[in-house]
Amino acid sequence: MPDYKLNINGESHTINVEETTPMLWVLRDHLQFVGTKFGCGIAQCGACTIHIEGVAVRSCQLPVSAVGEQKITTIEGLSEKGDHPVQKAWIEHDVPQCGYCQAGQIMSAASLLNSNPNPTDEDIDEAMNGNICRCGTYTRIKAAIKTAASN
Amino acid sequence: MSLIKTSYGRRSFLKTSALAGGGMVIGFSWLASCKPSPEEIANLPKEWFEINGFLKIGDNGMATIMSPNPEIGQNVKTSMPMIVAEELDIAWNNVIVEQAPLNTKIYTNQLAGGSQSIRQGWDGLRMAGATARHMLKQAAAQKWEVPLEEITTENGVIHHKKSDQSLGYGEVASLAATLEVPKEVALKELDEFSIIGTATRNVDGEKIVTGKPLFGIDQYKEGMLIAMIVHPPAFGMKLKSFDASEVKKMPGIKDVFSIKTYEDGFNKSMFDADAFPELVVVVGNSTWEVMNAKKALKTSWEPFEGYEDVFANFSGDGTFSKSVPAGAENTESHMEKMEELSTKLAKEVRKDGDPEKAFKKAAKIIERSYTAPFLAHNTMEPMNFYADVTADKAVLSGPIQTPEFMEKSVAARIGLPLEKIDLQMTRQGGGFGRRLYGHFVVEAAAISQKMKSPIKLVYTREDDMTFGNYRPAYHARYRAALDENNNIIGFHVRAGGIPESPLFANRFPAGAIDNYLAESWEIASNISVGAFRAPRSNFIAGAEQSFLDEVAEAMGKDPFDFRLELLERATTNPVGEKNDYDAKRYAGVLELVREKSNWSPESTNNTYRGVSAYFCHNSYVANVLEMVMEKETPVVKKVYCAVDCGIVVNPIAATNMVEGGTVDGIGHAMYSGLTFKDGKPIQTNFDRYRMIRHKEAPKEIEVHFVQNKEHPTGLGEPPFPPIMGSLANALYKATGQRHYNQPYITQKKVVS
Repeated sequence: MPDYKLNINGESHTINVEETTPMLWVLRDHLQFVGTKFGCGIAQCGACTIHIEGVAVRSCQLPVSAVGEQKITTIEGLSEKGDHPVQKAWIEHDVPQCGYCQAGQIMSAASLLNSNPNPTDEDIDEAMNGNICRCGTYTRIKAAIKTAASN
Repeated sequence: MSLIKTSYGRRSFLKTSALAGGGMVIGFSWLASCKPSPEEIANLPKEWFEINGFLKIGDNGMATIMSPNPEIGQNVKTSMPMIVAEELDIAWNNVIVEQAPLNTKIYTNQLAGGSQSIRQGWDGLRMAGATARHMLKQAAAQKWEVPLEEITTENGVIHHKKSDQSLGYGEVASLAATLEVPKEVALKELDEFSIIGTATRNVDGEKIVTGKPLFGIDQYKEGMLIAMIVHPPAFGMKLKSFDASEVKKMPGIKDVFSIKTYEDGFNKSMFDADAFPELVVVVGNSTWEVMNAKKALKTSWEPFEGYEDVFANFSGDGTFSKSVPAGAENTESHMEKMEELSTKLAKEVRKDGDPEKAFKKAAKIIERSYTAPFLAHNTMEPMNFYADVTADKAVLSGPIQTPEFMEKSVAARIGLPLEKIDLQMTRQGGGFGRRLYGHFVVEAAAISQKMKSPIKLVYTREDDMTFGNYRPAYHARYRAALDENNNIIGFHVRAGGIPESPLFANRFPAGAIDNYLAESWEIASNISVGAFRAPRSNFIAGAEQSFLDEVAEAMGKDPFDFRLELLERATTNPVGEKNDYDAKRYAGVLELVREKSNWSPESTNNTYRGVSAYFCHNSYVANVLEMVMEKETPVVKKVYCAVDCGIVVNPIAATNMVEGGTVDGIGHAMYSGLTFKDGKPIQTNFDRYRMIRHKEAPKEIEVHFVQNKEHPTGLGEPPFPPIMGSLANALYKATGQRHYNQPYITQKKVVS
């Protein structure tokens, strides 16, 4: 099995795994970055969303061999002190119910705001449509994204 | 001030330390990164004094409050400690919340189900806080040598005004911890509440948004192996054989074997329901390696013979059995069978007056049938559990709604006495009833025992969605008899399901109509079912409220007026005695939502409205849903909800629950369904199983609570059922067509 040198949250990590191993399991099983969640394994629910160079990607369908030297950001590295505007807005609106999907929701929202700092309702719907929340916190998520955008 | 005898709920005063000899591990927490940050540690007290099982006071005046019940997203981990803190009279920002260990001697009802946590916990939680406050006051009175009656408290500070002395709880905590539990304590008056009724954010909020390990599936321990299961591909099938010779050679694979989850002759509880009692298990070093081995495994399956499954009932004092027939079932034949049974006489459950006569002399009869499919719970966190079973003890940890029940099942399975089992509750990525059925807890224990290693059992989404314990498939046929003046003179509901009926014979409109008949039927099935958020109500509410809408229309009445007239009748002159609702509170939520939505039955600005109301799990919810059509697709613009759950403990979380239940209800009624071919679920993951998504959620939800001083009741389930009725009723206005069969949108758009 080959070695992979990965840049995760600004730090270098070397791991030895089989090349098809999805980043989701590299993060969760091998590096204990468990904030990135397993939901469906087929890129349909968004719970495993991470950033590759600031762009939201479903880590369950991203083989470790495809990452190369690109910068990976997980929920643990989104901000140093948990004070990214999206995280703060999530607390302000008390978004989570069970909370399981929220790391993925936050990563999708942060990626949206990276590329579009003032999204319309339609932009939000479009960017967030791949993230399922079984508890039904969608209206709060939208409100929190608007709050984050205004900050 | 109301005095209350502490003899009630006496068990609340047991200290956990006194029970430590019983094999309980106190403060066991191996979610290492959940430890407090250095800043937090700097503020922590040097010593804690346990006042009772619910709380400890630190020497610096901070309090640790135990949250007794499983947290599945209903926010009890915040709201239950709020109730203790209120009566303790301490500032909320000086409170640390911990998940209590499983110990029903102290915490009684440690089960997440039936929206009962707050309702059943309320008195005991208040008592625990009030007793501690009383003992702290007693300690201060002793120290200052002043009468207890002259002592007051305020936000964690004890005052003696006459001598102008004050001290913090922390200064007398060590003395208070040695005092006898008082026989009688004072509870606060409701208007003295400062924490209850104040928006209080989720105690785990910061950990959730920063991705800290909180959930069962996040658990990791040095040397831990990953286990996954392979279950039969279809209901009606069992394991015949498997060939693991190649798979065992795959990288990272430790072992492949089959297990029986429950041993023959085990006296199962209702929470041991399990359609696939024999499984193949793959164990290895990492999830991806085990997933690959699982895919490569060669298995063969065979049909099973029909059997009777016997379970102990909830209280454990009796049994009931379920017939599990052989065969491969199909949705198509399910639908035909349900339609057929709905036209035959069924089991009479309630009869008032003479319904036969009323229908015979009716000038007009309205008859409609409603259906809904099986549903999978689809908690976002798939089933999983951690287990470390050794020769003399077992440590288990993970997401489970029924820890007390499963501890017993595990003890029996691995042959250890109950006191050697330590079962811990993690935060749970959704419950919705799925985690009431803990076969996966027993599987984890059995696998760990066999492997002689700590293991984490993880289901894939497909394993999870195809394992059963589903919401049953339902059917309801309604008839209403109208006289020549369009008055309702008879009502008939005949409801059934596969394999359980959704009927609640004593609910509204029973009690409001003179001639009433309720019948029930069931069709046995080998597709396993279980409680799903608001069991039975989650279908019958929408069916009934759609039907009442149609009846109101036929009578030429406004849908609010019609419902309120029936409720008026049920209030002033109820029919029968066993009516399972309070007609006044029912009418109260309808009146509130009519006012808040500025109701008008006519469509304005192309906005179409539907109304619905329901009572279940002790709370009342009514709503008005506003819909527009955009490119022939219905869009829910706004939902107004009115809720009567008594005293609202935490308004921000209560509102969140109502919003979530509303979104979830629209989602399931509109989009979701599980169908079968040859016993196999056709939908196995979120590519084919439709869940509501961002775009489809209502654009706005407005929640209003009835302000009263009633005993608080739950919100996990009550907001979920009624919205399906207002959705169907608005869809009718928007499309001109009644929708009888869920999911309303099976393809891309509503047939209009």
